[in-house]
Amino acid sequence: MQALIQVRNLRFRYEDGTLALDGVDFDLYPGETVALLGPNGSGKTTFVLHLNGLLSGEGQVIVCGLEVTKRNLAEVRRKVGLLFQDPDEQLFMPTVLQDVAFGPLSQGCTPEQAQARARAALAQVGLVDAAGKAPYHLSAGEKRRAALAGVLAGQPEILVLDEPTTYLDPWGQTDLITLLGSLPQAKIIVTHDVLFAAAVADRAAFFQKGRIIAQGSVADIQRRFGWAPPAARPANRPD
Amino acid sequence: MHHATLDQWARGSSALHRRDARVKWLVLVAYLAALSATRSLFPMCVLGFAALAAGAIRLGRLPFAGVLARAGVVAPFAGVITLFTWLGGEGGRALAVLVRSYLSAVAVLVLVGTTPLPTLLSGLTSLGVPRFLVLVVQFLYRYLFVLSEQAQHMRLAAASRGWQAGRWRPDPAGFRAAAGVAAALFLSSQAKAQAVHRAMLARGFQGRLVTLAPPALSIADLWFLAAGVGACAGLWLAANLFG
Amino acid sequence: MHIPDGLLSVPVWAGLSLVSAPAVAAAARRAQQQTEACRVPLLGMTGAFVFAAQMVSFPVGGGTSAHLVGGVLLALTLGPAAAVVVMTAILFVQALVFQDGGLLALGANVFNMALAGVAAGYLPCAIWGAGRWRAGAILVGGMLSVGVSGVLALAELTLSGVRIPATLLGVSAALFLINGVLEGVITLALLRGVKRIDAGLLTRTTAQSGAGWTVIGLLAVLVALAAALFASQAPDILESLTEKTGVASRARALLWSPLADYQTWWLGGSWISKLAAGLVGLVLIYLACLGIGKLSARFRSR
Repeated sequence: MQALIQVRNLRFRYEDGTLALDGVDFDLYPGETVALLGPNGSGKTTFVLHLNGLLSGEGQVIVCGLEVTKRNLAEVRRKVGLLFQDPDEQLFMPTVLQDVAFGPLSQGCTPEQAQARARAALAQVGLVDAAGKAPYHLSAGEKRRAALAGVLAGQPEILVLDEPTTYLDPWGQTDLITLLGSLPQAKIIVTHDVLFAAAVADRAAFFQKGRIIAQGSVADIQRRFGWAPPAARPANRPD
Repeated sequence: MHHATLDQWARGSSALHRRDARVKWLVLVAYLAALSATRSLFPMCVLGFAALAAGAIRLGRLPFAGVLARAGVVAPFAGVITLFTWLGGEGGRALAVLVRSYLSAVAVLVLVGTTPLPTLLSGLTSLGVPRFLVLVVQFLYRYLFVLSEQAQHMRLAAASRGWQAGRWRPDPAGFRAAAGVAAALFLSSQAKAQAVHRAMLARGFQGRLVTLAPPALSIADLWFLAAGVGACAGLWLAANLFG
Repeated sequence: MHIPDGLLSVPVWAGLSLVSAPAVAAAARRAQQQTEACRVPLLGMTGAFVFAAQMVSFPVGGGTSAHLVGGVLLALTLGPAAAVVVMTAILFVQALVFQDGGLLALGANVFNMALAGVAAGYLPCAIWGAGRWRAGAILVGGMLSVGVSGVLALAELTLSGVRIPATLLGVSAALFLINGVLEGVITLALLRGVKRIDAGLLTRTTAQSGAGWTVIGLLAVLVALAAALFASQAPDILESLTEKTGVASRARALLWSPLADYQTWWLGGSWISKLAAGLVGLVLIYLACLGIGKLSARFRSR
């Protein structure tokens, strides 16, 4: 099977010199959901920002057969839909409908097409009634769903979600799990929430100090690194 | 919160809500200009302008008490001016100042109470206001309450650590604390702006914000425009001919 | 000072709107071109910050507190052209959503605060911005920004025929100057706070000024002076009118002022002496602020 995303030896250094990524290799195959786990500052978010060209480092990033370079950015950003951690920063238009239509309009759709796609995306996330509302008036869960609709309206082939369960209560998290299950796209999910990761991901990659040091099922990672909240920690944990 | 009420009014429905934003802007400006240009404020004309305002409130199905109360915001400033004008011996003029300020505020409230802000702003672009400026206003309004809430939280956090505003003795520590809060807020705003820009890029932003064109004007819109501007012009003429 | 509708006469608000509109449009074009990236989110968000920052109270003793106005801060962090646009956006939202300032009067308020206020506030930094005079330049900038916009507002009201007795004018002018110094102090404290947390952020503080903004800034200050002088003549005209209708004596009895002598001197002098007096006043204030700036620098280094 041809990988949707291929990353080879990705290195990235911030302006102040800190090495954020130290040679990352990664593959994403169609239809699968991969969780990116690891401590704060290990490079997970920095890594995903390379997948749609928001950051560019040394090494190779290939998305759907296209190398991520300045020339291909528009096309790459059509393929990869990135959901940021803070929905407020992603819902920047005055109304929900205008925001969800932003993606299609930027891609060159006519206003009618854009509106149609926006309404379809809102229906997919269950927010049809919120179309005319201002983002400020939405609850945290609704904001998360509206932001997701904005990403889905662009009809990406790959979904990348950065800490999607932040600000969500347990019901909101359950709804999100159900929703993600209904989406056919391949997904990469950066998360600290191991229970959530276990519920949605087929496999996981563990980041530490800018490198992926292990890949496997979520349960494997939990066992090897003690990567679970104290009460849920499995018995045989290395120290 | 103040804006929440206005927002709620704006999401209502009435004949006035349904009118095109551009037409409403034009009628408002005509009203304000006519009001400002009637120097002598002949009593019948005052009644005329007030009647137009009352009619608009009715047509927009807005709460009378709410609108009249909110328009009172101009009272302090206009009141001081009125007082001094009256003390200076120009009683009629003083009353004119008060009436004009108040009715102007009512008129603006009717506009804002029957049109959601984004619609008002896109109407302005069609009327010739530079798009860049309108977009800045749009983004400002979007994040105004987000950052204000953040400022509120920071103030509460500082207060719960013993910071009191308004001491009598000079308070350099309090001043430094306020500067710290403001600086942190500033940095947060800059980081947010960068994050928003990134989010725009991630969804395919190419450098030019595409906005949807407003729908065409209807016959009702044109009638409203004619009636509104005509009434205001008529009152102005009447005041200048008979005042 | 946000002037509501109903106070300004038609020539004043219409004339100022005709001047402000193309000026703001030009500033918008300039601000748009300045970087490759789209500046709209940054400008909008910084404008929202100014609103939020106005909720932060800076204690200044005597039970009162001061608040940031923002003209100088915007000019220093975003550049003067962008500052004009952001201030205009702020004034627009204040007028429309908070009924703080009128819509017809928006042209006048924009002229006072977004155009003249920003240009005058940026002037000292345009001339002396870099290097050791920076603190002083910011202080003087604050004073000029608030002072110029205040004086212009008072002048516009007087020119529109609004009766403001001389004592009130004097007190208002003094208050504007005090608030202006506070604005400079607050702006300086805020910028220092930012630098302490993230030194790199403000490095691109607009070396783009050059001669253009210096000229515009000087023009703003001169216009304010001229307006103040011209408007101080207006009471003369109004006085003679009210004399004829016999109400002047009644007004004088009600408004007896301990500064009556000062009032006659001020209204009676020739235009040259007034201009000189105004300039001398400005120079004195500038020197005072330089002194404050140096003292505060010495305090900080302790």
